[in-house]
Amino acid sequence: MEKQFKALKAAFPHTIPVMTGYLFLGVAFGILLTSKGYHFIWAIIMSLLIYAGSMQFVAVEILTSIFNPLNAFLITLMVNARHLFYGLSMLTKFRGTGKYKPYLIFGLTDETYSLLCSCEIPDDVDKNQFMFYTTLLNQTYWIVASAAGALLGSVFTFNTEGIDFVMTALFIVIFINQWKSQKNHTPALIGLGGSVLCLLLFGPDNFIIPSMILIIAALTIFKKSVEKGVE
Amino acid sequence: MTLSSFETFLTIAVIALGTLLTRVLPFVLFSDNKKSPAYINYLGKVLPYPVMGLLVVYCLKNVSLVQSPHGIPEAIAIICVVLLHLWKNNTLLSIGIGTAVYMVLVQGVF
Repeated sequence: MEKQFKALKAAFPHTIPVMTGYLFLGVAFGILLTSKGYHFIWAIIMSLLIYAGSMQFVAVEILTSIFNPLNAFLITLMVNARHLFYGLSMLTKFRGTGKYKPYLIFGLTDETYSLLCSCEIPDDVDKNQFMFYTTLLNQTYWIVASAAGALLGSVFTFNTEGIDFVMTALFIVIFINQWKSQKNHTPALIGLGGSVLCLLLFGPDNFIIPSMILIIAALTIFKKSVEKGVE
Repeated sequence: MTLSSFETFLTIAVIALGTLLTRVLPFVLFSDNKKSPAYINYLGKVLPYPVMGLLVVYCLKNVSLVQSPHGIPEAIAIICVVLLHLWKNNTLLSIGIGTAVYMVLVQGVF
């Protein structure tokens, strides 16, 4: 029990940036959902079962159009295809995490992924428990924030325009941190350049999968030079 | 609310299932007892860097340079975040100020 608490205490400071981001964004999500006439309990159900920030915003769009589960499923696969990348890069890290593994996989959001692949776990803390509590804390923030937003939204009206920039800012900050930690910037530039190129070629609704293919292709072609200097 | 409660729940369940599928798939394909090939390990190691670039672009995908305000609020807010972060190296500060600047710009200025 003491060991568990230690892992929770070690994980908490790392999750503060995500907490802030999730508070903003979760509240914004809750307000948005209730502004479409949904009871606040739906916000909690979605944050509990789906637990994918950007997808839940897309889900609000889906829920306010006609009933089409197949379409909803396909859009989900498109929007969340990037999770395949997260899984690939967590294969080694999640190896041997035992009973924690199913939840670690379920809770692998953009933000949790960015924390788990960047933070340094103290030597005296159980690695599996640290990753588990990081994931659990993040989902707790998300559920609490979306519930709070949904409650607020059912009482007041807000001008939340622009609040979604909090996610953009978070990813930019992580991008800068990664940039500073690496000598070889080829992978980062491949990601940025390839995505911009595909966005221009395929448009905002269809660029994610081409970008992923292009990124994999470029990383494969430039494997030799990329492997130099990536730690 | 345009869907019935049952339709809403079904749609949410389908979205949850699709999301879970994208998260589970790599672990099913390369399970613990099979050693993943060196090429997959290489991808796993380098992917975090390009993915963050992809995510930044993903967040900005609906910004139009052609239509007013030509992505100017986004550009200003991004410059704020980058400069602030290079200067103070404080994640919360960079995100908080950057978002506040952006909200003021899109609500009040543009």
